Amino acid sequence: MNLLIFIGKRIFHAIFVILGLAIVIFAVARIMPGDPVRLAVGSRAPQWVVDNMREQMHLNDPIPVQFGYWLRDAAQGDFGISLVTRRNVAEDVREFFPATLELALFALTISLTGALLLGTIAARHKDKWIDNIIRIFSYLGIVTPSFVFAIIFILIFAFALDWLPAIGRLSNGVEPPPRVTGFYTIDSLLIGDLATFWDAIRHLILPALALAMASMAQEARITRSSMADNLTKDYIASARALGVSEGLIMRRFLLKPSLIPTVSIVGMDFAAGLGNAFLVELIFNWPGLSRYGMNAMLSKDLNAISAVILSFGIVFVLVNLLVDILVARLDPRISLSAGGGS
Amino acid sequence: MGVEMTSAVQATQLTAEDIARLRRESRRENWGRAWYKFSRNPLSLIGAGTIIFVVCLAIFAPWIAPYPEHVKPFTDFANASQPPSSQHWFGTDEIGRDILSRVIYGYRFSLTMGVTVLAIVVPIGVVLGLVAGYFQHRWPDTLIMRTTDIFLAVPPLILALAIASILEPNLFNAMIAVSLTWWPWYTRLVYSITTGLRNEFFVTASQVTGASTSHIIFREILPNCVSPIFTKMSLDMGWVIIIGASLSFVGLGVQPPKPGLGTMVASGTRYLPDDWWISAFPALAIVVVVLGFNLLGDGLRDLFAAEDG
Repeated sequence: MNLLIFIGKRIFHAIFVILGLAIVIFAVARIMPGDPVRLAVGSRAPQWVVDNMREQMHLNDPIPVQFGYWLRDAAQGDFGISLVTRRNVAEDVREFFPATLELALFALTISLTGALLLGTIAARHKDKWIDNIIRIFSYLGIVTPSFVFAIIFILIFAFALDWLPAIGRLSNGVEPPPRVTGFYTIDSLLIGDLATFWDAIRHLILPALALAMASMAQEARITRSSMADNLTKDYIASARALGVSEGLIMRRFLLKPSLIPTVSIVGMDFAAGLGNAFLVELIFNWPGLSRYGMNAMLSKDLNAISAVILSFGIVFVLVNLLVDILVARLDPRISLSAGGGS
Repeated sequence: MGVEMTSAVQATQLTAEDIARLRRESRRENWGRAWYKFSRNPLSLIGAGTIIFVVCLAIFAPWIAPYPEHVKPFTDFANASQPPSSQHWFGTDEIGRDILSRVIYGYRFSLTMGVTVLAIVVPIGVVLGLVAGYFQHRWPDTLIMRTTDIFLAVPPLILALAIASILEPNLFNAMIAVSLTWWPWYTRLVYSITTGLRNEFFVTASQVTGASTSHIIFREILPNCVSPIFTKMSLDMGWVIIIGASLSFVGLGVQPPKPGLGTMVASGTRYLPDDWWISAFPALAIVVVVLGFNLLGDGLRDLFAAEDG
């Protein structure tokens, strides 16, 4: 029950944040120097076209009314026409978003798995040489920009060793699977096409790894320190004294409480990953929403920029919502305090 | 009880001068102890040393850089794409400019960015956090904290890229863009400390004695926030430098021919893997300075944690 109240509050909060974000985006788009109509129709269009367009885009109305129109359209997924692709922005978002989400989720899987593994090893061998090596690795992971990792990985694994492809989502000549989710890995599995599945995975590894490095390092450090902390707690000592096996202590008593700090920063790390995807997709020529957004930004395509930012904002808010719920489940104190008033 | 205390104070006859002297001594002692603890951790010392080194490079760039004229519009195709040598420690780029000189000047832009962004963001974020935290559950709290939620709803790099792209791309606008995305972190940090302190006895006591709100916020609560703020600033210098490099990597930060570290990495990628040094040394330069700030920040955190604990 308490958990439900907690979830309800978080959902309400998420809706509020998304609305607020819409206001900010609208404000920025209106503040931007330059006439959106001129940008849309080009500099040689006659004046009557511009006037008609102004009326059509409701630009002669007061700002709050304009916002009303904008919000109504945005809620229906209508962000207008992209100045670059000349297509409906919403269509572009639908087309390109799955590629970015697939990449980001794959990166998240890599970083969490790696972090838990490294963190656990480091905590169990605290202050031994292996702990020090993992610590150095973590530092390097945190301080190296993702675009540098991207370049290094391409040089090593694509150029020098020729193990993995460096560009795109599929090899030349491989047909994308029929679209169901837009995730090539899942869609190819759905039709049982293992060759395409394998090709998609191979294309995912390098960009996902470049994205995952920073969060893996960060999460590994946090897992290590919380595990090392919990290892010195009395309840672990008493479990040992009672003869509980080391493996059972790890799985039953240590992992869950130690996961809380790690899980609670996953949302932040995912956000950083989505941000870094803007550079990584550019480098790997990954046809995702980040590369689309990057190109929109470089050509000042305002409709597309608004849609991309709002899309990322919504995904990020949803991820944070999930993380909050997950943490509340792991740590009953949180949902209890939320249900108890305040 | 009260009477006893007064007489005890009278008995020792402490003058204002004595108190000032004792305060100075204890302060010196505290600094000494802090430095001792800090210097016991080799990683913190390496971090601090790196930062001092980089800051000196940036400040004295015109005297240290071997070819200061290479940061201006300059071409020397006879010496283009030379590998590292005794004349050019980091090699030369595709139009013959000395990469070491450009990296040294590049640090100027990186550090300027970091310092400026923090100088804008920290005061604003901290004051908002103090106000929101002190008026917890009242309208300033709601207004400020809900605004931070909205700004935190977009990954910082994306928001910075978007703002920088809408404005004219240059270093100044990049700093504005990053500042707009960064203040909420300080507001959150200070807010969480302030809400924890506002019901402590020393705050209630000042309220009872009639101290003004601004006195309580800035003289009673703020000093308790200083150490986490400094720790965060050191770590954030690193992040801001990475974000600045990312912006200039895609052409939304420092504009060529000015030597932004990210710009240099980006322009060198076209000549990989053969002329690896064009990208590699600027990338390494980013890693070194960010690592320095991280080591320093971790050292500060351990230091303050030990003090509080």
